[in-house]
Amino acid sequence: MDRRAEREAVRRGRARRGAAIAAISTIAVLGGLTALLVTSPGWDEVQQRFFDPEAFSAIFPDVLEAFWLDIRIFMVVEVAVLVLGLIVALARTAKAPALFPLKILAIVYTDVFRGVPTILLIYLIGFGIPALALEGLPTSGIVLGGIALALSYGAYVAEVYRAGLRSIHPGQREAALSVGLTENQALRHVVLPQAVRRVGPPLLNDFIALQKDVALISILGVAGEAFRVAQIEAQSNFNYTPLLAAALLYLCITIPLARFLDWWDAPERARG
Amino acid sequence: MKNKPAPRGNLASGSEPVIDIRGVTKSFGDREVLLGVDLEVAEHEVVALIGASGSGKSTLLRCVDLLEDIDDGDIFLDGEVITDPSVDTVEVRRKLGVVFQAYNLFPHLNVIENVTLGRIRAGGVGKAEAEEQAVGLLARFGLEGREQDRPDNLSGGQQQRVAIARAFAGRPRAMLLDEVTSALDPELVGEVLRAVRDLRSEGVTMLIATHEMGFAREVADRVGFLHEGKLLEISPPAELLENPKEPETQKFLRRLLEAGRA
Repeated sequence: MDRRAEREAVRRGRARRGAAIAAISTIAVLGGLTALLVTSPGWDEVQQRFFDPEAFSAIFPDVLEAFWLDIRIFMVVEVAVLVLGLIVALARTAKAPALFPLKILAIVYTDVFRGVPTILLIYLIGFGIPALALEGLPTSGIVLGGIALALSYGAYVAEVYRAGLRSIHPGQREAALSVGLTENQALRHVVLPQAVRRVGPPLLNDFIALQKDVALISILGVAGEAFRVAQIEAQSNFNYTPLLAAALLYLCITIPLARFLDWWDAPERARG
Repeated sequence: MKNKPAPRGNLASGSEPVIDIRGVTKSFGDREVLLGVDLEVAEHEVVALIGASGSGKSTLLRCVDLLEDIDDGDIFLDGEVITDPSVDTVEVRRKLGVVFQAYNLFPHLNVIENVTLGRIRAGGVGKAEAEEQAVGLLARFGLEGREQDRPDNLSGGQQQRVAIARAFAGRPRAMLLDEVTSALDPELVGEVLRAVRDLRSEGVTMLIATHEMGFAREVADRVGFLHEGKLLEISPPAELLENPKEPETQKFLRRLLEAGRA
């Protein structure tokens, strides 16, 4: 046998052995975990409480309908977050002396809103604003909860944008200026497009977190929100299967987003 | 005319210099990079600056394009002072073309967009006209058919030629070339130097910072030696490179010779 064929045979053998070991260890680990679960003393109880197929099919349409509200809230809040985050990030990186007060405001905003738990913000805004009893201020739980979420995530996203802006080599701005662009044009046509592209994956990561945290506005008593619907149903029947239904729906959104994120990030890494 | 420098009467041609650098000093914190540089570049003239890394060549070019603020002295472009705080820096930069050592192409734009961005956004030229002009310019530098490519997909030599086309697209009064071959593999240096030679044959005024002594000799009308922020001597290439007067210039050229770079 020549050297080339020999090497290929060895390589093939190694690949086969690797695949076999991976398969065996996966079966062993998953099998072991399943065995541990089903042989646990409380398994029958858990199965009834959490995995009741009848309860599942009974409640699923309601939870699904409620979940549509979650998605709508998420989409509106997400757009607000993207705009707010960008404005705050640009204010923080602005060099013009006239914008100094705006810069201070942006720093205070990110410090405060990133430093406070989201659930606390939802309480404060959701119950605090209506308590002011001022004319013209929104009182709806959905709107106030959405505002609280947007303010909280806006602070995170502003920092993501800012990191992106800072990651663009100064030579890019200089090249833009050297071809005659103004500072604003250099930012808009050269620095910002590159920064946004670069922070796509971390932004998407925050999308996933926000999508889940929409459930938090249920604490404002928002009727028809997926987690709230599942929770009420679960409490009235002492059966937690509706919560599982809600969890599955969240996963239906977050897992594809996560896979999309991997796909998006991969070529970047390869080029790196 | 306002801000016109007093004639010094030492120009060979007797006409006004395109770039006139007078007593320019620049420091970064405690580090003094330029200690009073005087230099004139006449119309159609090519001046090459040589000197060790850190001698201030790049900083001087960056000061001319107003990418750095100077501390003392003045710089004139076509007789107008450009280093006054009141001067519109954007207007000045539109009259100059810069090619950077690291190309600094815009990676999110394709080749033709790189060349036309400044023309369309700053030059007030229509898209169609700017593109037509860019296609011609790219072809001239051997880049026909690469218009739609991303900079990432080009070799270093091709990228630098795109950068030259981008800098030249606005037909600047002068080109500033900052070590344009230093980041290139040796076999790619030639194609970039050919593009510079091409500009020279058209009579483009250029101020070049370079490590390529052979190129400085061939393309420059005058070669200046910068040492620790001072322009120690400047004369036609044959004179400066073969009979340098200053001991520091002699030392620098000897070191290059020993390293096999001259």
